[in-house]
Amino acid sequence: MSETAELLQQHVIDPEVCIRCNTCEATCPVGAVTHDSRNYVVDADICNHCMACVPPCPTGSIDHWLPVLRSKAFTVAEQLTWDELPAPQSQVEWQGEAAAPLSSPEVNVPPRSAAQPTTNLYGPKSPISAKVVGNMQVNEAGTDNETHHIVLDFGSVPFPVLEGQSIGIIAPGLDAHGKPHHARQYSIASPRNGERAGYNNLSLTVKRVVQDHQGQPVIGVASNYLCDLKTGDTVQVIGPFGSNFLMPNHPGSHLVMICTGTGSAPMRGMTEWRRRLKASGKYEGGQLVLFFGARTQQELPYFGPLQKLPKDFIDIHFAYSRTPGQPKRYVQDAMRDASASLAELLKDPQTHFYVCGLKAMEEGVLKALQDIAVGAGMDWASMAATLKQEGRLQLETY
Amino acid sequence: MSAINYSEKIPNNVDLGGDRTLQRALEQWQPNFINWWDDMGPEGTTDSDVYLRTAVSVDPQGWAQFGHVKMRDYRWGIFLNQGEADRKIHFGDHKGEAAWQDVPGEHRANLRRIIVTQGDTEPASVEQQRHLGLTAPSMYDLRNLFQINVEEGRHLWAMVYLLHKHFGRDGREEAEALLERRSGQEDNPRILQAFNEQTPDWLSFFMFTYFTDRDGKFQLCALAESSFDPLARTTKFMLTEEAHHMFVGESGISRIIQRTCAKMNELKSDDVGLLRAAGVIDLPTLQRYLNFHFSVTIDLFGADESSNAATFYSTGIKGRYEETKRDDDHMLRGQTYKVLNVVNGQLQEKEVPMLNALNEVLRDDFIKDSVGGVERWNRVIEKAGLPHRLSVPHKAFHRNIGALSGAKISPDGRVVSESEWNAKVGEWLPTAEDRAFVQSLMGRVVEPGKFANWIAPPAIGINRQPVDFEYVRFN
Repeated sequence: MSETAELLQQHVIDPEVCIRCNTCEATCPVGAVTHDSRNYVVDADICNHCMACVPPCPTGSIDHWLPVLRSKAFTVAEQLTWDELPAPQSQVEWQGEAAAPLSSPEVNVPPRSAAQPTTNLYGPKSPISAKVVGNMQVNEAGTDNETHHIVLDFGSVPFPVLEGQSIGIIAPGLDAHGKPHHARQYSIASPRNGERAGYNNLSLTVKRVVQDHQGQPVIGVASNYLCDLKTGDTVQVIGPFGSNFLMPNHPGSHLVMICTGTGSAPMRGMTEWRRRLKASGKYEGGQLVLFFGARTQQELPYFGPLQKLPKDFIDIHFAYSRTPGQPKRYVQDAMRDASASLAELLKDPQTHFYVCGLKAMEEGVLKALQDIAVGAGMDWASMAATLKQEGRLQLETY
Repeated sequence: MSAINYSEKIPNNVDLGGDRTLQRALEQWQPNFINWWDDMGPEGTTDSDVYLRTAVSVDPQGWAQFGHVKMRDYRWGIFLNQGEADRKIHFGDHKGEAAWQDVPGEHRANLRRIIVTQGDTEPASVEQQRHLGLTAPSMYDLRNLFQINVEEGRHLWAMVYLLHKHFGRDGREEAEALLERRSGQEDNPRILQAFNEQTPDWLSFFMFTYFTDRDGKFQLCALAESSFDPLARTTKFMLTEEAHHMFVGESGISRIIQRTCAKMNELKSDDVGLLRAAGVIDLPTLQRYLNFHFSVTIDLFGADESSNAATFYSTGIKGRYEETKRDDDHMLRGQTYKVLNVVNGQLQEKEVPMLNALNEVLRDDFIKDSVGGVERWNRVIEKAGLPHRLSVPHKAFHRNIGALSGAKISPDGRVVSESEWNAKVGEWLPTAEDRAFVQSLMGRVVEPGKFANWIAPPAIGINRQPVDFEYVRFN
């Protein structure tokens, strides 16, 4: 977690389910788990969310994450007195980054049942101020590709958004030519009713850019500015943007989400919206499938929170391309491994595909879809055309 | 059978493929193990695919791989926890010397005996539980039973590996004998008496996994301290799996209590007859089962004064529970410990040399740990707003080993007369009628998401799967 973090997914153990077997304490590589004669608890100051304790836990009691303000994290002493888990302090759910392109070609159409988006409410000449109410790192500290989850609050200024839309951020200061910086665009990582449900806020997933696409060192102006923001700071925002990469409202529709790194931001927004719908009972059980790639598990944003989503709600496939000692595995490889279920989903007119991430993934992903379709005896050319026409294949790569 | 690629078939981190002697020994033993599993493993399950956790390595990610597998095809792996370079013996007369990577000749007989005794309990419990699948209260519970069964099988493999690897011909013969003894068989029974008793119903099963598998935990913890490094590393890894067994027991009883309390609140009554008529297990019956399993299990720790226990400790074969966390000299010479005796019709404490009382030390550690779970059961009752409470009986109650063997002691720790014992024993231990009643509730419920009337569903499923997941596919 970064020093500036205010929001924290605090790792806690459910005392009603825990059997005090000591497995977690014995497993924890950093000594974050401790116990008394009553409870086993995790010290929030030590836990680094490495997840080593989760698979060995025989009960599932270890797999709990409470969104809290870091300053109000539950102390070890408090946790030792618990008979049951306390109610969450806020509604923060799984969190991540996507820097979407300003120039994304919007030649597509949105899904038929998508909600009507609001766009370009605030342009470059009339930006509004948003207040930073949270900034935390959402992949493992110390790894490359440091990624932050940043929450912005708009107070009483209207800023209606939908999942899949993006906003522009104007970094302060002047560029090398003595002109104000132009806006950088970031995908929204939260659902339409707020990062915290019912609040006029949203979240972004931002990777700290320290090299360009060719690997040359370069300090990304906006991303470094954003990653270094502190709670209470204000930022200049324009937008919202985007009217195609939107999710279907139909409660029985299926979402197949394919992303890498900070391309997870819109996927997080959609997933969380579906999760809230499900919690409120307005949901007919459309399937959610996520293919999520990163160089390593440590670099993957939101790994911990993703782990706690129930399997009957979302089917998650990870792919890591740089795990030492393992062959490189990309999202398209994970897709091919799941070709049987993807073939079924391709046939279903309720299935919507979303691809977001680096440009390089697009070709491999489409090729994988093609091979799966052809392998299942489908005509990919006409199928791809139909998907595009119906707004059921949305690509956002950069 | 020589065509089997053991390195592939048996996940391991002991270089099975590179040890020809060991490979030959396992080639002999493996088919006999499968025969034993077919004969004595869970009844009528040959074709079922069970959602099992399989260990494929000892790191946290590797040892919890979930998937549907047929039990006889389960990959019974052989795993030792990572060795500690230059590990030193940390208790007993050899304290400070290097840990043994091989068996020293002078300790060979004792180590073999300990490993065989531990190993014998593993197939024994599978045999004890082999009919339970026919009366499972849910598919979720059925899966948990099978998970325990295959892991007991894996623990047998762990012990057989040590016997084959380190004990030569004697070890191979002992490994064969582990497959030949049978729980409850008169002419060739299992070594420890508690493992020759039947596990006739699921209440007994949950009590067994809560109490008796916890004995396993404490024995394994003591062996995990052993100077014989391969034994220490093997038992450390086994402990990770033992935790699941105790979870099944603790949560099983907890769910029974939850269901009973819900019924008590619904009927606004704690009348045993009413509750039994409503098809739930009344709390007094639960208390009697608890008394029985607790007392039988604490006997497993052995006599309260034992020169063997002293020898095992001093020679460095078996340590104490959490040996490294204790602040004493780890030699224990000249130290004393209190054990109970009956003197003139009164329970009295007597100071004895601690080395001789190490069984009692481990038993007391076990009792402390057991009480914690019973407290958590009480919280379920408390949460239901009911005044009733469960408790563990006095440790002198219903003992059949050591100085207290045969003494007539009430659950609250009073020495009682033969006639009081006979008059009250039906309130203290399960009666034939209790057992018949519990038996009468045992019907098979195996539709996904359905639960027998006498038990509540669990709070969460296995591996984040929903509670109504198809944990077992009957083919």
